[in-house]
Amino acid sequence: MLTKENILTLLEEVKDPEIPVLSLVDLGVITSVEISDEGHVTVNMTPTFAGCPAMDYMKKDVERTLNKHGITSHTVNMTFDKPWDSNKLSEKGRQQLKEFGLAPPPKYDLILDLDILEHVKCPYCDSDNTDMRTPFGPTLCRSMHYCNNCRQMFEQFKPL
Amino acid sequence: MNELAIKDLLYKLADDQLILGHRNSEWTGFGPILEEDIAFSSMAQDKIGHSLAFYTLLQELGEADPDTVAFTRNANQFHNNQLVELPNGEYDFSLIRHFLYDNAEIIRFEMLSQSSYEPIAKVATKLKGEVKYHVLHANTWIKNLGTSTEEAILRLQSSLNEAIPYALGMFEPSKYEQELIEAGVYPGEEAVKAEWLKRIQAVLEKTDLKLPDFATVEPKMGGRYGEHTEHLQPLLDEMAEVFKIDPTAEW
Repeated sequence: MLTKENILTLLEEVKDPEIPVLSLVDLGVITSVEISDEGHVTVNMTPTFAGCPAMDYMKKDVERTLNKHGITSHTVNMTFDKPWDSNKLSEKGRQQLKEFGLAPPPKYDLILDLDILEHVKCPYCDSDNTDMRTPFGPTLCRSMHYCNNCRQMFEQFKPL
Repeated sequence: MNELAIKDLLYKLADDQLILGHRNSEWTGFGPILEEDIAFSSMAQDKIGHSLAFYTLLQELGEADPDTVAFTRNANQFHNNQLVELPNGEYDFSLIRHFLYDNAEIIRFEMLSQSSYEPIAKVATKLKGEVKYHVLHANTWIKNLGTSTEEAILRLQSSLNEAIPYALGMFEPSKYEQELIEAGVYPGEEAVKAEWLKRIQAVLEKTDLKLPDFATVEPKMGGRYGEHTEHLQPLLDEMAEVFKIDPTAEW
């Protein structure tokens, strides 16, 4: 008997193509899983950033993974019903980001004060003697910072 | 609720984002410094993603699919304001336009996140967080450059004077204005404009730039009704060039 938990465990295999250590479940973009009495599986997803070109790829990857595990009766939806925000990243996901060299987004009360971007903790040396260089970066979800302590550039997964 | 009113609102939101998104993308490879090249390119990607979200809502209301809507209409079928279609000019003009436009766009999204029309409210709730970064970017540069050298201030002031008539055209009322306000879908252009003025003034006060006296300015209207400058059609031709080679191609 298939359960939601089974499906979520399977989906741990699907990684963010731009941050290959991070699963979609830990990223927080899988918003719900439903299983009908007939065994049809519905996975609802939501984009991190509306213009993220990786979202379509991630959706197809979810479909491929379900098929691979013999779950062929499925629907994967991309909706804004439960919009993503960076607080939806799991603790495990935050740790994985840091190990990957990206500063995880600070948790916040959903009223985003952009001052929190100014002194982001460096993922390499943990110093907060850092400056934001630009709120944009190599992908839509990253900003660029400089650490005055270990004197290197680093990127942050932006709070949203 | 009159569906035509909702569609009219969605078209103007989507077309503004698509056209300015395209203009921003023209900075890719040409930014004055690497960070600005990346910033305008990232904002282009965001804005084109935002237009896709609104075109998708239009498709749900029975309009054609987003690619068809984006790439096969002519200039007179576009509902964007004229400010977004103007050529990039030099960096000072692009920066001033970005400042005037995004400070209005974030207000639209903030207000629409409270809309009684739920599909728009959901999308706007998501997008307002993203546009916040665009506003941060614009305001930071306007404050920095607007208090810097004589040349920078002169250039920005001249671009501001040039852009203001078009910026006022952003607030051209729709023919469904009253209907949308009464239904709680959208608070209307006058409400957006009043808040916009407060916010841009708060930034400009920290610089050596002066907002022209609006009494002496003739707003450039017409964009919302398909009247555009000579610059929009060439932009559309270029944007759709690859699509039109083979509209059925899978990407």
